[in-house]
This record gives sequence, structure tokens and C-alpha cells, in this order.
Amino acid sequence: MPVAVEDEGRLLEGLRAGDEEAFRQLVDAYGPMLMRLALMHVPSRAVAEEVLQETWLAVLSGIDRFEGRSSLKTWITSILLNIARTRGERERRVLPFSLLRRRDEEGRDEPAVPSDRFQGRRGEHPGHWARPPLDWGPPEERLASDAARDALLKAIADLPPRQRDVIALRDISGWTSEEVRNALDLSETNQRVLLHRARSKVRAALEEHFEGDGE
Amino acid sequence: MSSRAAREMGCRELVEAITDYLEGTLPVEDVERFEAHLGECDGCQRYLDQMRATVAALGRIPPESPSAAQQEALLGAFHNWRASR
Repeated sequence: MPVAVEDEGRLLEGLRAGDEEAFRQLVDAYGPMLMRLALMHVPSRAVAEEVLQETWLAVLSGIDRFEGRSSLKTWITSILLNIARTRGERERRVLPFSLLRRRDEEGRDEPAVPSDRFQGRRGEHPGHWARPPLDWGPPEERLASDAARDALLKAIADLPPRQRDVIALRDISGWTSEEVRNALDLSETNQRVLLHRARSKVRAALEEHFEGDGE
Repeated sequence: MSSRAAREMGCRELVEAITDYLEGTLPVEDVERFEAHLGECDGCQRYLDQMRATVAALGRIPPESPSAAQQEALLGAFHNWRASR
């Protein structure tokens, strides 16, 4: 389903010329990915559909001004994320909570694993595991369950917005780090820090999910 | 070789270096320390496996198809836009 890069130029010209088929192809190619992203920011499918509608309208009205400095895909995605973020904040309306989230956005000082999982200076091996991760069993099997998928989606929904966008685009949609940097306007280092924090938290959420299972 | 490069990597350091390692952006001397540590630490090997399994599981989340009603609405919006040009 992904549109090859050379096709993007053709679709762009088609769209500018008012070709319905070009529009359909773009919606088919990027619609499902955009819908999944929208759902990570807003509370319901109905609102996500409104976000998508608004996004495509913005794409159409901006298409003549699109300069092709980024790919069409990253341009459309950055439009969607701006609309979805604004809409998500409006829907949430819990200001102190969203402010709290914004503060730990970069998460530079958050450890990937809580420091009490490691031995302190007086331990036998300082800096080594005090409580190492437990066996998850056959990962393919356990991670494929609906419960594990729900835990994954919940973990992503709980991330600060930019960490959520980075992990969604990199690991769910399979974008390269360069595409993510372009769509989100991030430096290479920032992109990597956000990805690291996001992946570490999602792994921790799965760990909690699996270890809670047996109780 | 600097003294830092020669120093053994601890678990706490490894879990922070893991994304750089997976992204291929970890400096080569740290890759050596990272892998040397992995070779003798079951906890960190398991942590790395879990990180990889997490990324793989994220890649298997299916896309969300827009509904037929939404497709219709989008085409309607497209026709309006085209008529207004």
C-alpha cells in the first residue's frame, strides 16, 4: 500500500489538476496510517474522523503552496498531527494534567528504568541489576494477545505527545528517523531521546502487564 | 584507548545506551563495552530482547481503515474544493 516516492510527484500533480483518482489513491495510501495517529490523540473514533476530514481539507487548500521540501507523506502527517494535538487538548480539558505532561516532554532526566531496580553504591556490584527483568515467556505468543495489544495502546496513549508521535511514526508506521525528524521538526538527537524514553516506558508497561498477569 | 572506553559497562548505563545501540549511533568503543557486558549479563540480554520484542509488537499493530461514510464525506469535500477552484 505505501506510495513509492516517484508516485508522490505524479499524485501531487494530479491533485493540483483536480484529478479525483489521485485524491482517492492518496486517501487509500495514507488514510489508515493517519487514522491510527489521530486515534492516539483524541478520545473517540468520531472525533478522529473529524480530524481526518479537517486534515484533508487543509491539504487541498494548501496544495498549491506545498513546495516539496519534505515528502508529501511527511507534510500531510505534520498537518494531521497539528490538528489532532490541538483537538486532543481541547477535548481533554484537564489543564493541570496536560501542563504536567508538557513539562516532562523531552524527558532527558527520566531514567529508562527506575533507579531502585539497580544496586546502589554500597551494593556488591554498584550500577548492576538489583531486580533484573523477568522472563516474559514466548514473546511472539504473549505479545500477540488482545490484552497485550491493549496494554501497548494504553502505554502509548499515556506518553507525552511528542514521545507518542515519535514512537508511533517510527515503530508503528515504520518511518525512518529522517522522515520523523522532518514531520516533527526535530533534531537527530531529540528524535533519538524521545524514541528512547518512549520505548523504555512502553517496555516497562508491558513488563507490568505480564508480571501482573500471574497475580 | 581512553580510560572511559576501557571501563566496564554497568547495567544502569546499558539500559540508557540501548536505543543508540539499536539505532547504530553508539560510538564504536561503547558498542564493544555494550556487547562485552551483554555477553556476561543475563538480565541485560533479557532487557535487550524485551526491547526488541516491544518494537516488533508495535510494528504489528494494524492500521485503522476509515469508514465508508468517511470516504464518502472526503470525496464530497474534494468535489466542493475542485468546484471552487
